Amino acid sequence: MSGALSGATIDVGRPAPSEGGRPRRTRRTTPRSTLTPAAGLGLGIAMLWFSLLVLVPLSAIIATAAAGGWQNYLDVLQNPQTWNALKLTVSQSLLVTLINVVMGTVIAWVLVRDRFPGKTILNVIIDIPFALPTVVAGLVLLALYGPNSPIGVHWAYTERAVTLALAFVTLPFVVRTVQPVLEEIDSDVEEAAASLGAGRLTIFRRIILPSLLPAITAGAALSFARAISEYGSLVLLSGNRPNETEVVSVRVLSFIENGSYASAAAVASVMLAVALLVIVLLDIVQRRVSRRG
Amino acid sequence: MVKVSTPVRWALRLLAVGYVFFLVAWPVGMLVRRTFEGGLENLTDALTDEDVISALMLTAQVAGIAVLINLVFGLTISILLVRYEFPGKRLLSAMIDVPLSVSPVVVGLALVLVYNGRDGWFGQGLEEGGIQVIFATPGLVLATCFVALPLVIREVVPTLAEIGDEQEQAARSLGANAPQTFWRITLPSIKWALVYGVVLSLARSVGEFGAVKVVSNNVSGKTQTATLMVEEKYQNFAQGSAYAIAFLLVMVCIACLIVVAVLRPKDEN
Repeated sequence: MSGALSGATIDVGRPAPSEGGRPRRTRRTTPRSTLTPAAGLGLGIAMLWFSLLVLVPLSAIIATAAAGGWQNYLDVLQNPQTWNALKLTVSQSLLVTLINVVMGTVIAWVLVRDRFPGKTILNVIIDIPFALPTVVAGLVLLALYGPNSPIGVHWAYTERAVTLALAFVTLPFVVRTVQPVLEEIDSDVEEAAASLGAGRLTIFRRIILPSLLPAITAGAALSFARAISEYGSLVLLSGNRPNETEVVSVRVLSFIENGSYASAAAVASVMLAVALLVIVLLDIVQRRVSRRG
Repeated sequence: MVKVSTPVRWALRLLAVGYVFFLVAWPVGMLVRRTFEGGLENLTDALTDEDVISALMLTAQVAGIAVLINLVFGLTISILLVRYEFPGKRLLSAMIDVPLSVSPVVVGLALVLVYNGRDGWFGQGLEEGGIQVIFATPGLVLATCFVALPLVIREVVPTLAEIGDEQEQAARSLGANAPQTFWRITLPSIKWALVYGVVLSLARSVGEFGAVKVVSNNVSGKTQTATLMVEEKYQNFAQGSAYAIAFLLVMVCIACLIVVAVLRPKDEN
């Protein structure tokens, strides 16, 4: 059930279906419409709904941010509290992404290549962070690492809490992108390398790692994007202390609650730009993989 | 296959299991323990509280409507993307994924900017027409729809592409009309992908917090969903109730996980 609840993972590992797959992978043909009148009507209604729900509201953010001009951006970003929140979010997201690259690959390796009782349970537990409501994720972590910690670890309301929450919600991304690729790797190549005298480390470094790299990159990009936009799991756990444990999302929310939509939109548009960057990066990685596959 | 020496294998195994145990398994276990610390009291207290019941009902209602909308929309878009050619198809396919990478708070802000009754682009007009969106149920539904939008499509599109359209063409050449072809050929063959997408959307919709928080004014009994109530209860030191509601939400999510785990092999055969 790899990728079971991986709402936000892409199928880098699975071989692309022979015909089409995701339409973005098809060869570019001349845009020729094959819509029947009924299908055209369906497309019209669907697009209307999509515009009202997604396109217009997202444009409203850009429009509101742009209406304030550069001065608005400068004012917002020069605010030390906002700047600290941005710094904290980016540095913690990078840290967590690094942890995920290492731990995610190790976990995927153990799930694919190792055999021990309870492996199936481990495989199911990996999906829990995807399924759990984010605010519950925060509560769950508070139960172990909060004020009444049974193991005496009091990380709540510190920077560690931010790391912890982000590591929790992003745990499945690298695991679920690397796992299917690892399953598909042809062991013949490894055996050939071994028979030619390559050591274990060399095989891992020269043969396994290069084929895992696109999947690891994709997983890392997804966890970075998720970490940078995380909100729910941090609310209870981090205490949202200004300049110390306050992340960007919390900052945007406090702008909204104060009614300063222009400032909120300015920060939000920066976050949207980062999200867009990640989507483009993923698309490039995905194309490279499907071209090779 | 490269053989890993026994000590390294044990070290890796221990590292992986230990990490997941401390990060996920133990904390979730603690939640269950805290919920049942005083026996069933926390749960029975929560379930006899009218506000809790209405929050749970609201969550069920909002999630139900959002899943239904996403099901119809997702099915339409999937069929259009796989079976038809039209200008802008690639762009649409890329845009569909956008909601997954937008911060929930930003989703909320986007909806507030357009639909708030004071100075929203559409909100003012709607307010004059007597429809309140933000700080009311429609806003909650919109926010939930937004965040769960691509889930059905991501499941259905690959399946639909894989089965091809030979059977549909055969049905049509034998005289079946479009609705007949859809109900008797297309729908049965993508049934499991659809169910799977719906379960994922349901889990996501029930658990949404950030986006809902922005568009809700958190009035108990009116716009307070279950996740919002967990936050409020915890912050008001009603930790027992917070744990109880969280436990119920976890149960729903674990049920979704189990359904998905059971469905997945069938889907792949």
